[in-house]
Amino acid sequence: MSFFSYAWDWVTTSANWHGSDSIPQQVLAHLGYCGLSLLIAALIAVPAGVAIGHRGGKGAVVVTNVANAWRSVPTLGLLILLAVFLGFSALTWLVPLVVLAIPPILVNAGEGVAGVDPGVRDAAKGAGMTTWQQIVQVEVPIALPLILVGLRTSAIFVVATATIAAEIGLGGLGRFIIDGLASEQYGPVAGGALLVVILAILVLALFALISRLAVPAGLRGRGRKE
Amino acid sequence: MWSWIPSNTSLIWQLTWENLKLGVLPALYGLVISLPLGIIAARWRWFYPPVLTAVNIIYAVPSLALFIALIPTFGLTDTTVIIALTVFSLCVILPNVVEGLRGVPPAVTQAATAMGYGPLRRLALVELPLAIPVIIAGLRVGVVSSISLASVGQLIGVSSLGYLFIDGLQRSFPTEIYVGIVMVIVLALVCDLILVAVRRALTPWLARA
Repeated sequence: MSFFSYAWDWVTTSANWHGSDSIPQQVLAHLGYCGLSLLIAALIAVPAGVAIGHRGGKGAVVVTNVANAWRSVPTLGLLILLAVFLGFSALTWLVPLVVLAIPPILVNAGEGVAGVDPGVRDAAKGAGMTTWQQIVQVEVPIALPLILVGLRTSAIFVVATATIAAEIGLGGLGRFIIDGLASEQYGPVAGGALLVVILAILVLALFALISRLAVPAGLRGRGRKE
Repeated sequence: MWSWIPSNTSLIWQLTWENLKLGVLPALYGLVISLPLGIIAARWRWFYPPVLTAVNIIYAVPSLALFIALIPTFGLTDTTVIIALTVFSLCVILPNVVEGLRGVPPAVTQAATAMGYGPLRRLALVELPLAIPVIIAGLRVGVVSSISLASVGQLIGVSSLGYLFIDGLQRSFPTEIYVGIVMVIVLALVCDLILVAVRRALTPWLARA
């Protein structure tokens, strides 16, 4: 039997859609972990990235190197460490996921704002805008495609990593995977994995939609590096 | 609590070595695959968007899910983890190969052609060397991510520093977990620094500038 036949059999078994620990419940739990972590990470990293990008200079290089080092932190290890010390508190899953989500957002927000044409910045100043207006009305909209790419990358990482949270007893789609592995039933393992993949693809599609709606037509080409 | 470390050094080294293999091999395979694909994509522009979309979709697949999808075919073995991590590294290295090659100024490629370099010599002696910094930047992310993600392989029983996390969880023994985290970070940073040194060695003209 292939991965897909195992997964399909399990997902189409109606028993899995009802009762406690059902598919809809775990999907919601999963989305809850991801949504909150991403929101907090964005609230921290977007302003920080914009500020660093606006100042320019060596900040960008330092941020890139720090972000690379940051990537080396094994999320599974961090999660387990917090579980041992904090047990089932919300911080146990929130901290590792937020830590994971910050680097891509930070780096991209910084790059996006730093990459704004100096001529445009100058024109904004010349038009009488205050620094705040400059940043909010000119630099951030121009940086928006890259900021959205950063948010998207982080969203994907978070959706993927939230599956690991089940290892320490939390819910989410990882629950099916971990429990299945423990009881040597490949059905839930494959099914859970398939659901996570579908969720990740939906996130990609969602961001494509947001990008289309939020980014003014004139700036749409800037998401790709030239 | 800390006395656990000296009495278990051979275990720690063994797990570190396993993790190193599981981290570096995928990045190297990813590079080997990305180079020809990237060269084609840089040259024939229509090739790149479909390849990039496929790569982005695969990148969205969670590592654990990809390990799992490969289990029926490759079993609960090292191979499963290495293949999955190779695919991830591809996702990070390929765009950089393409960008690196595309970033070579046209004036330089034209000068090379004017000097009599055929396309193959030009590629090997001019374009690739100039693309090295960008390619190595991608390789660094690939290696660091692979080393870190390899620890997740422990959840399907593939031995790595992740073993220290799982064992530490089961025994509620933080020391093991700390050691695991520190070793993963150290391993990743050492490899990162080695790559930076490699980049410096391969691009002497940048140092002279």
